[in-house]
Amino acid sequence: MPPAAPVEPPAPAGAGGAAAAAPVPRRPRVRPELLLYLNVLVVASCGLVYELLAGTLGSYLLGDSVTQFSLVIGLYLSAMGVGAWLSRHVDGNLARRFVDVELAVALIGGLSAPVLFLAFGQVDNFQLVLLAFVFVIGTLVGLELPLLMRLLEDQVTFKDLVSRVLTFDYLGALAAALVFPLVLVPRLGLVRTSLVIGLGNAAVGLWGTWILAAQLRRPTGARVRAGVVIAILVAGLGYADRFTSWAEDRMYADDVVYAKTSAYQRIVVTRSRAGFQLFLNGNLQFASADEYRYHEALVHPAMVSAAVAGHPPRRVLILGGGDGLALREVLAHPGVEQVTLVDLDPAMTHLARTFPALVTLNHGSMTDPRVRVVNDDAMVWLEDAPGGWDVAIVDFPDPNTLALGKLYSRRFYQLLATKVAPDAAVAVQATSPLFARRSYWCVMATMRAAGWQVQPYHVAVPSFGEWGFALAMRHEFAPPRTVPAVPLRFLDGAALAAMFQFAADMTPVPVDVNQLDNQILVRYYEDEWRRWQ
Amino acid sequence: MTAWSRRDFIAAVLGAPLAAACRGPGPALPAGELYTPGKAAGHRRLRDPGPGGDVRKPDVWRQAEVVVVGGGASGLAAAWQLGRRGVADVAVVELDDVVGGTAQAGAGDGFEYPWGAHYIVAPQAHQRHLIDLLGELGGLDGVDADGAPVVAEVLRCRAPEERLFYRGRWYDGLYPGAGADAEARAQLAAFERAVDGWVGWRDDAGRRAFTLPTSAATTAAEVTALDGLSMAAWLDARGLTSPRLRWWVDYACRDDYGLLAADTSAWAGLAYFAARRARPGAEAQPVVTWPGGNGALIAHLAGQLGDRVTPGVAVTRVAAVDGGVEVVGYHGERAVGWRARRAILAIPLHVARHVAPALGARAMPAVDRGAWAVANLHLTTRPRERIGDAPPAWDNVLHDSASLGYVVATHQTGRTTAGVAQGRDRGPTVFTWYYPFTGPAADARRDLDGAGRDEWAAAALADLTRAHPDLPGRVRRVDVTYWGHGMPRPRPGAVFDPALAALRAPLGPIHLAGTDLSGLALFEEALDHGVRAADEVVAALAVPA
Repeated sequence: MPPAAPVEPPAPAGAGGAAAAAPVPRRPRVRPELLLYLNVLVVASCGLVYELLAGTLGSYLLGDSVTQFSLVIGLYLSAMGVGAWLSRHVDGNLARRFVDVELAVALIGGLSAPVLFLAFGQVDNFQLVLLAFVFVIGTLVGLELPLLMRLLEDQVTFKDLVSRVLTFDYLGALAAALVFPLVLVPRLGLVRTSLVIGLGNAAVGLWGTWILAAQLRRPTGARVRAGVVIAILVAGLGYADRFTSWAEDRMYADDVVYAKTSAYQRIVVTRSRAGFQLFLNGNLQFASADEYRYHEALVHPAMVSAAVAGHPPRRVLILGGGDGLALREVLAHPGVEQVTLVDLDPAMTHLARTFPALVTLNHGSMTDPRVRVVNDDAMVWLEDAPGGWDVAIVDFPDPNTLALGKLYSRRFYQLLATKVAPDAAVAVQATSPLFARRSYWCVMATMRAAGWQVQPYHVAVPSFGEWGFALAMRHEFAPPRTVPAVPLRFLDGAALAAMFQFAADMTPVPVDVNQLDNQILVRYYEDEWRRWQ
Repeated sequence: MTAWSRRDFIAAVLGAPLAAACRGPGPALPAGELYTPGKAAGHRRLRDPGPGGDVRKPDVWRQAEVVVVGGGASGLAAAWQLGRRGVADVAVVELDDVVGGTAQAGAGDGFEYPWGAHYIVAPQAHQRHLIDLLGELGGLDGVDADGAPVVAEVLRCRAPEERLFYRGRWYDGLYPGAGADAEARAQLAAFERAVDGWVGWRDDAGRRAFTLPTSAATTAAEVTALDGLSMAAWLDARGLTSPRLRWWVDYACRDDYGLLAADTSAWAGLAYFAARRARPGAEAQPVVTWPGGNGALIAHLAGQLGDRVTPGVAVTRVAAVDGGVEVVGYHGERAVGWRARRAILAIPLHVARHVAPALGARAMPAVDRGAWAVANLHLTTRPRERIGDAPPAWDNVLHDSASLGYVVATHQTGRTTAGVAQGRDRGPTVFTWYYPFTGPAADARRDLDGAGRDEWAAAALADLTRAHPDLPGRVRRVDVTYWGHGMPRPRPGAVFDPALAALRAPLGPIHLAGTDLSGLALFEEALDHGVRAADEVVAALAVPA
């Protein structure tokens, strides 16, 4: 870059204000304005990266990228305007103000991505928090350039000043626009990018304490502050690893309308044109568009089998199923007098009781007077549970952790067998016989090893794919042939018969029994689903 | 007695680097107390009065056909076997206020947790007494295709059984395999082959080289000679010098024996690995455990005896008299005595020698009993786990620590002996932290007697906080116990000491049991000696006097 030649006298006060009136003595040993232009480049790049980060985060977490980017860009630019306007009220030691603004941008911008990720789980109105961040960062960035220009204005002609500052500003923007998608996001991810860019601002601030040392009355204090900010950001980088993989689980294609991190899991509800979806730890639990296929298939064969073998079920146990949808199907049977639903997570059952879209979908089943909801570990609860259930519906998340694997163990099914009536029927969700064939047949083999007679069956649920269940009783039985006289959207005689037929690509494969001390099912499941991810 | 600063104490037991991190007075420790079963009464009645002990003429005499002195695993097993063989008139006396010895469990807040021994290895077909005992507990699912017993699923340690904190992360298993080079892997394979060679070995009588109980193992010189050298020497002789393998073997010796490999009999070291494999290439037999560790076995054995067990009795003298045996001691301040036809001494030999003059005539083996500290940490909730690390296991071991890490009282899904269902993977729990003092036992007792609850609690917290930085905020209570004469340690020569073998036979009406007679402090050994002594008694009673 050609060095600036500050030969002309100071320009008359323009937008800069009164501070320019006093001539500043020459300091021939340095030409700090050169370095300050470089600062402009860095500051401009960093500013744009924060904007892109906020837009990307909004799209990732809330979906609808067009809206998110429009909102973020619009608000960010207008906030910069606010910052520029505010700059006329900033007087006194300009150098010190500039360093402080830099450090504030470094801290707030640098921590923006991790803080926003964290906030997503903790606050109700995430959009507002996101936009508040955008506004604050935009305002601070808007302050940067006017302050810089005023610091430089007595050393350069106004013509040169505007030309150079804006040149570096736009160059910086170009650099950021290229580096952000090509290098920063793929190499560092959002959280580390945010922290690294914050370090860039902090470096400019720290560097400024030397360049502007003469104008800073007490540069040491500013350096200490800069050191603290840098230390915070570096510490953040130390934790970024752990944080990033956690954060990656939180990205959804559709609008997120509810998100909460409970003591047990991450609960997210998204809305799309086809309805809404529930995710636990990033795994789809149901989509309102086709959940009826899943829940009708899960519940009614067991209800019919129990009725055929003995009497219409009166006492029903649901393990898992905190969304209240299986419960809706159970309560459709008029003979049902008492249902106990055991779900680990109070946050999930609370959502099913209170979240309007879900209450509509589950027909308010969770507040039905026949229902008792228990929040506990199903296996521990079952140890002390009363017996005599006519039907048990077992609807746990897929066995993708060892803590869940115990709920698919032979011991668990043995325990369940001691808690049901002699003619009881049990239905167990058993993952996909197509995508996770060994896992599915492992559940069947494990139930058989626990003494159950098992009829495997499956159904197509478009959101999930081909999904499998076990229908089991304590004694020999044939698959049910009739559907119950309750309102049904999917199940009829033909569909019921087809569910018990397995095509060649889903037939049994040799598997071991899942026991507490081998947890073989979790291994099968990990191996099989890895192929599809 | 030494008065310790907390920092000096941590430096002494866990090393200076960890102590350096504990500058200043440190944060306030959680509440808790020191649990010292039986120690005061034992020292007062037996050690402090000098030779002969504190003997006074009993105020009351009681009668029993057989008196069992010592309510630890071996004494209770003896009483159990006597009952099974029709001898019901048995009195068991125990020094401590509760039975169980080093297999005691603690309880509180719906949890049960071990104070000492916390697992057994699933029995093989020849271990019929252990199979019977597990059967009584409802702990068997039948037999497998080979006729070997299948321990109930709920008693087998739930996966994941163990994990290792190594270079800042948790890994599955105990062997530190992360980043191992080809040489380390080759040495591991060579070690496994050598162990498998012994697993498949049989003598002319069909006996295994290494098995539990040790009385069922071969006495062929080729195998017993291994007792004459150290485990480290055995490894050195085979060029097995990989630091990873050596760490693993050291850990095994510390875990089961409270010794380093350099101080452990190679026979005992190899037994740790070879005895628990049914056949070459097989996985180790399952670990069998309960929320309160082996306290569940104790509760079952003691439960059958009811009021035939008298705790809080410091026995000071056991002597043969005309037509039987007299057992004399103190029940609190009261001098009490039992007259019986036979007595079983299921107590440490260093105590037995004090109380039974008959033993004075015998050559005494040099039994080295090691010192242990155990801390039970009560947590309000579990420490946060790092994504990508191996998940919490039952046994959680720290590679760079002199401790053995911790076991989790709520890992098993069964019930406590009090009937409370366990197995939640979240929320409150109890971590049991073990520290074996691998140095000379006398040094351990001299140096560490000065350390109290606070020093041990601080050490346990400092140790585990390395792996769980958020642990201190989640611990609401730390109770500590300290086993000054914890258990026999199999130093080279200890297992096949001829003096030891001579004590496995009656001394007139007095029979000996207890793990000192094996040199290995394992429940399987305690059971074996208890049953043997009971069988000796039954045989003797059958002969008319």
